[in-house]
Amino acid sequence: MTDSGTYRSSPPRARMASVPVLTGTGPVLVTGICGRLGKQLARALHRDRPVVGVDRRPFHDIPKDITHAQVDIRRKKLKDVFRAGDIEAVVHLGVMHDPRASAAEHHSWNVAGFTKLLEYVSQFRIPKLVVLSSANVYGPQPSNPQFLTEEAPLLGGQNFSDIRDLVEVDMLAQSFFWKLPETETVILRPVHILGSVHNAPSNFLRLDPVVTVMGFDPMVQVVHQADVVHAIELALRPGIRGIFNVAGPEPMPLSRYIKMLGRQRISVPYSLARIVMGRMWSLRLTTFPAPELDHIRYVCMVDDSRSRQVLGFAPRMSLEQTVQSVDEGRW
Amino acid sequence: MARGALHAHMDNNPVERAARGVHNGPLVPSAPNPPSNTTPNAPEPRAFPSLASLAPRAKSSLMALVRLGAAARHAPKIVKRLAGVADDAVDEALQALLGESFADRMAKVPLTLGPSGVDAFGLDPEWTKYVILTVATLHRKYFRTEIHGIENVPAGRVLLVANHSGQIPIDGALIAASMLMDASPPRFVRAMVEKWALSLPYVSLFFTRVGQVVGVPENAHRLLSQEEVLLVFPEGTRGIAKTFDQRYKLTEFGLGFMRLAMETGTPIVPVAVVGGEEQYVSIANVEAVAKLLHAPVFPIIPQLFLPGGQLPLPTKYRLWFGEPMRFSGDPDDDDAVIEEKVWLVRQTIQSMVNRGLKERKHIFW
Repeated sequence: MTDSGTYRSSPPRARMASVPVLTGTGPVLVTGICGRLGKQLARALHRDRPVVGVDRRPFHDIPKDITHAQVDIRRKKLKDVFRAGDIEAVVHLGVMHDPRASAAEHHSWNVAGFTKLLEYVSQFRIPKLVVLSSANVYGPQPSNPQFLTEEAPLLGGQNFSDIRDLVEVDMLAQSFFWKLPETETVILRPVHILGSVHNAPSNFLRLDPVVTVMGFDPMVQVVHQADVVHAIELALRPGIRGIFNVAGPEPMPLSRYIKMLGRQRISVPYSLARIVMGRMWSLRLTTFPAPELDHIRYVCMVDDSRSRQVLGFAPRMSLEQTVQSVDEGRW
Repeated sequence: MARGALHAHMDNNPVERAARGVHNGPLVPSAPNPPSNTTPNAPEPRAFPSLASLAPRAKSSLMALVRLGAAARHAPKIVKRLAGVADDAVDEALQALLGESFADRMAKVPLTLGPSGVDAFGLDPEWTKYVILTVATLHRKYFRTEIHGIENVPAGRVLLVANHSGQIPIDGALIAASMLMDASPPRFVRAMVEKWALSLPYVSLFFTRVGQVVGVPENAHRLLSQEEVLLVFPEGTRGIAKTFDQRYKLTEFGLGFMRLAMETGTPIVPVAVVGGEEQYVSIANVEAVAKLLHAPVFPIIPQLFLPGGQLPLPTKYRLWFGEPMRFSGDPDDDDAVIEEKVWLVRQTIQSMVNRGLKERKHIFW
């Protein structure tokens, strides 16, 4: 589905229409709005501009001025959402990261669903597209340079095949730069997001004791979820396009984060950890698949100078606030 | 028994049930390990506790392990005091070797440390203290390094290019020690480490904490743009794993360092290391074994089998720092053009090595 033919299927009349001017105040469509990050983004945006949410989950305690369409992004009904309001920007947060989901479901949701979304962006001439990818697409490797720039190859799927479709989502968004140059496409690649979100890094730091790999203590970058929301807001400004690595405060060795949280630490030799984790994974005793161990063995840090210079991004949360945020609002 | 195992496998295999996502009903008859056909002695499944009841037990045993670790870490006062005494002893020993306190010396070294006291590449000065004590002792007492021409190293970004020898990279450590202990102002040398080393437990931790980085061009560029000292061995593993008959004959140089120097406008200081080749006498390099172990080399060193022979022989090291060499031109030029420049550096180092060998009266003193 990566061929350009997909986007040519739009009707000729729509193609001829020029892309509307970006004002920065028009309606924003947010996919995956019911996730913890999505809700925060919605709260940050809805006072300044109309927000349209798309998610197959229900949006409880929804702010009154947010329109929510409870649809699966793979369904035709998504098109109605585009038809209804003249959407000015699309923020795609609805990427599935659930390693428990079947490979087929994962792939169809992430790749087929996103392709559908891109099709409508192209057909309805949406002038702005922001995609939340992740710095994990670079993949942790012993041969990684200390700071990966946006041009580094995306090798995340090399040793962890389950995230190949996440790499593919990033690639699909990249191909949009030349397929539809009138649309300002922004890809954000934040490092490990910490906060009340239920992602692997936050869940990992919530463990007690935290399991680490014996003899490894890589440098790790983290970013607060509120800073990611801020980065998305910045990316929505007119004139911004391109790929941006997003990093939070200064990096630290992994052990310092654990120390900062006052957690106990238990080091396990890699070979043992891999076997035990693989076994625990298949018995559903852990939420971490064994290949994720590479994240606590090898370095996967990014050079965020472009987002600081072009996007004007700077983390607002201190290191202490960012790290402690994993324990906020836990239950 | 066999019937029980079969029964367990067919009906109550918790792994398969779990994998299918079947959750109706408790996972009662289950085993800690998945029952399989290869374990004919699997007991009656009823004898085992449920997974749910196992989880807290596993957790409690895990916590016991953690407590053990914590007990070691939060050691009693006497141990702490002993550690404090040892720490003071380290400080004193370093003061004797450096001629000033470690903190004073490190304060003169330009480093950009983060809020956690660690720099972005993972260098931790607190950690390096103990390493520096070891290296400084080797430098001053064991190898009694003689240094010539260290004043040739210019301020700002610089590439130290040296011959590589001695099976383990003591030469690198001694060059770093001389830059920290004998150069004024003191400089912190960064070396580029083989990627393979960073996939090894503890080795990777050690190298990162003492400020060494993976040998990729991006890291080199970044360090040089921070005006740091970079140590390069263009011979790589070819040089360090030379057998004894090839001693002090420089092997082929890689071209990367020259392109790097030209791209970043960095002066090259040639360094000749004399004394490294005799510390471990290697009689052969078994490539087949090296391949098997995914290691770059596998040398045969007879002295390792003698008692105490595991230590390198206490040869006297002599380091010769040459005049800085500056190169200009297109860094993306043909290999042939770059090779000429590399040859110039290599010849300079070779002649410095030859001169050093001629001037040395004895291997050990």
